[in-house]
Amino acid sequence: MKFKSSLENYVFVLPAVLIFSIFYIYPFIQVLFLSFFDWDGIVSFKDATFLGWGNFKEIIFDDPIWWQAMRNAGYITLIALIFQNLLAFLLAWACDREIRMKNFYRLIFFIPPVFSEIVVGLAWRFIINDVEGANIINRMFAAMGHPNFMHSWLSDPKTALTTVAVVHCWKGFGWGFLIFLAGLQTIPRELYEAARVDGANAWESFKKITVPLMIPVTVLVAILTVLGSMQSFVLILGLVGGEFAGHTSVPVLRILSSMRGSSRFGYACAQGISFGMVLVIISFIQYRFSKKVTE
Amino acid sequence: MRIKKITFNLLIHLLLISVAITCLYPLLWMVSASFKTQDTIFKDIFLIPKQLHFENYVFAWQKGGFGINFLNSIFYTTSVVFGIVIIASLAAYAFSRLRFPGRSLLFLVFITAMMIPVPGSFVPLYVLLNKLHLRNTPLGYILCMINVGLSTSIFLFKTFFDKMPKELEDAARIDGCSKMGIWWHVMLPLSKPVLAVVVVFNALTVWNEYILAFIIFDSRKFMPLQVALQVFQGEFVTNYPLLMAGLTITALPVILVYFLMQKYIVKGVTSGAVFFILLSLNVFVIL
Amino acid sequence: MKEQSSWALPGLFGLRGAIPKVMFYKSHGKFLLIALGLLLFMSGCGNAKNDASKPSVSISVWHWMTDREPALQELAKKYVAQTGVKIDFELFAPSEAYSQKIRAAAQGKNLPDIFGVLGEKKTLSSFIKAGHVLNLTSYMAENNNAWKNTFFTEALAVNDYAQGNSYGIEPGIYGVPIDIMTIQMLYNKTLLKELTGSGNPPTKFEDFIALGPKLKEKNMQGLVSGWGEGWMIDCLTNNYAFNIMGKDKVLKTYKGEVSYTDSDWVKVFSLFKQMKDTGVLATGVVTMVNKTAEQLFASGKAVFAFNGSWCVNVYKGMNPNLNYGVMLPPAATDKAMSIWGGAGSSFMINAGSKNKQEAVKFLKWLTEKQQQESLSTVTSNLPANKNSLAQLPAILAEFSRNMGLSTHPNAWDVSEFTSVTENLDRGVQSIIIGEKTPEQVAVEVQRVKERELVKKMIN
Repeated sequence: MKFKSSLENYVFVLPAVLIFSIFYIYPFIQVLFLSFFDWDGIVSFKDATFLGWGNFKEIIFDDPIWWQAMRNAGYITLIALIFQNLLAFLLAWACDREIRMKNFYRLIFFIPPVFSEIVVGLAWRFIINDVEGANIINRMFAAMGHPNFMHSWLSDPKTALTTVAVVHCWKGFGWGFLIFLAGLQTIPRELYEAARVDGANAWESFKKITVPLMIPVTVLVAILTVLGSMQSFVLILGLVGGEFAGHTSVPVLRILSSMRGSSRFGYACAQGISFGMVLVIISFIQYRFSKKVTE
Repeated sequence: MRIKKITFNLLIHLLLISVAITCLYPLLWMVSASFKTQDTIFKDIFLIPKQLHFENYVFAWQKGGFGINFLNSIFYTTSVVFGIVIIASLAAYAFSRLRFPGRSLLFLVFITAMMIPVPGSFVPLYVLLNKLHLRNTPLGYILCMINVGLSTSIFLFKTFFDKMPKELEDAARIDGCSKMGIWWHVMLPLSKPVLAVVVVFNALTVWNEYILAFIIFDSRKFMPLQVALQVFQGEFVTNYPLLMAGLTITALPVILVYFLMQKYIVKGVTSGAVFFILLSLNVFVIL
Repeated sequence: MKEQSSWALPGLFGLRGAIPKVMFYKSHGKFLLIALGLLLFMSGCGNAKNDASKPSVSISVWHWMTDREPALQELAKKYVAQTGVKIDFELFAPSEAYSQKIRAAAQGKNLPDIFGVLGEKKTLSSFIKAGHVLNLTSYMAENNNAWKNTFFTEALAVNDYAQGNSYGIEPGIYGVPIDIMTIQMLYNKTLLKELTGSGNPPTKFEDFIALGPKLKEKNMQGLVSGWGEGWMIDCLTNNYAFNIMGKDKVLKTYKGEVSYTDSDWVKVFSLFKQMKDTGVLATGVVTMVNKTAEQLFASGKAVFAFNGSWCVNVYKGMNPNLNYGVMLPPAATDKAMSIWGGAGSSFMINAGSKNKQEAVKFLKWLTEKQQQESLSTVTSNLPANKNSLAQLPAILAEFSRNMGLSTHPNAWDVSEFTSVTENLDRGVQSIIIGEKTPEQVAVEVQRVKERELVKKMIN
């Protein structure tokens, strides 16, 4: 009877497991397998050479632009973690107090995430670009009386990546905003009341009530931000058209370049695996760190 | 003291409004540019164009072939979302309420998958689909896209189901409902908040996806909207009015749906976010 | 037992007292499920149904040329009217995405009947080795080399493998060129006149860079080119390399017999530094994709452009009134300047195609005088058929004038390692941005080269 019941229960997970095994596990194993070979993805696989750890060794020791791409992605992620989430939190906190217009703002702030990255990238490219675009940002600076802020934001290698990071924040803060807002709203009002009765001022109640209760949410948002920002690349294609001599390289673009440009499919797989591992490690570290903080 | 409070509130309002403006401004510019011509786009710096050139849209629509691709996108999005809702909720129900050996391990596998992206997997996927004779078929694409959102959706559903009081299911079982019946009549109807999140999240993912679609489909007639946009921008990337018209055409349906459904979407994401929080507490327990 | 729970929906206790919502799901939900299932099933089968209704033979052609799509569709109509064979053109753009698509299709063994292999000859070699490309030598040789002789020699060269080639490919012709091109410099006649008074394009490198300060003075943009894309930089670098040290030494470098740190190579790199220092390059030239550069030149925002002859059609579309001319890149030495030229776009036939004969027939037709002329007129590209030059517009004629000076990497017997080329292109980009010196780039490129040579020896 129990066996039959278990069997019945398997039926529920069957479709999910089936699809998952076919479309995730199998390609994953394939990619893992291929990462140990030197193969151009075109000739018959029999002609591929087994490299053992060769690809991985090359990635770690002999691929400076891969690490530059990692650093760039890390930079974008850092900017997102700090500014995007700080802004999201600030806005959520502001909306939490301000009951009246709350729905209006919720509506507006979630508009950027709704668009696809390519639309955002191309539209912003048009807005920022000075040589071939409408140069609106610079014109705004000039109009506001700060002509010295005018700059070739996307054409200057030094500022291109930061500009990308800023646009990325613009697109992403909506998610964090909604999650933070929800989190703030689950904090019972009574706690604040009690604190006020006890004589605590706004800052203290913020520090002692809001912050501790919001830590789990913050960590969650942080993890989602990291996972999303590290993999971002379509935005870069729209804004600067490519890797800009390495200044806007990111890991996914490097993988695509290995696949397509140099026809090093095995190497691209190795890059993919390495990238996945890095992401898992980062997420894991974040969990551990947050656990420590909550204690 | 009162003045302090008023200025503080004023600053907050200012912050909110300025951010709201930056959210809307680029889109207004995009639309505004789409009505100008290649000459006026740089000279006419006003948001409201002096002359409205609707022909940009006609031309973009024809050149981009957006018609059929638009329908395709709608079809894929609805099928995938539908598929995920059914499959993920079934699995989540099992993970949450049913007993079977290997349950926790299997769930862990799904969760880990959520975190490990496999960039470059589209080539093995392509070969696989080919072997299954599903390449260049909508079914193949839909199955792949179902997989993309599966892990996260299962996670969301499961956490939600975990929080549901068991009494309802007990009552249903007493009434003679089978396990499948409980899922259909009890779990699903009650899971509206998380349902909204799952729907929105997956709908956005599928609608905005183009890489997989580009690789899997050979015929233009199966391509979703985003791929058409890719091809379109490949040719017209510097013809800004035309490009902006194309972008607006692609973005408009999403915006419309968003505004129509915003009540559900925002509310759903919000209450779903509440469970994000609760599940994050869960997650700490796991680790 | 009533519960204070937000979950409780009124009336849910006791399902037999069904609430409207549950009823809705119950009755309509299953219907929706079935309907959707049917739809999926039908769409999956839709493909098969369509195939059944097609005419007996149809040839599938995958291409990447967005601007030629309408012309090709017209030709397809013409062909089916003449022969009853249907030609299915599918466009996949941009060309980067096209390459990805072709590779995936090769993997899945479902390449179309006719396709193109973009990029290096190495890539084409891989496709041939994998058995995807039909050897066309016999067809070309039919009737005393009838088909072969219709082409410019330069056009066939990139698709041709000579005896004893370093790619290990059986000698023969593996592709059909449908047009040719040269890559040279262009100048905006009106703007140049404004700049220099005489309006004569510079022929010497020193004269060219001397225009830099003048451009700054008049607030004009100098040279635009798609240097965000590596291969365009590679082209000009190679042109100057040939000019400074000659073809032999360059090929020797590729073979590994000459180092990139050789003073001649440093000289080549320094040319770019000089271009950057004097300001003769347009702002942000390293971020431009070719399309952007074309747009800038076409809208009269830049005085010079470095582009291929396909640009004639592009400029025509962007600005039909553009007053421009063609010039060779200004030579850095007294030797003749070298440019890249040869086959523009070529088509290959899938060796595994079930319609090989028909595909060959179609390509023969496509490269006939009449079709070449019409393609050339409509798309403003140089024809590959040497008998079709009669109707060329003036500007295209200018492009073809220096054909004799042209060469093409895919026509040489040796090729450089891809990673070395990538590194070199990136290095030149860095020089232009001002982040590296020519000497630094030379050292780095040589280092990558040596690593690749070692790897090659081991394997």
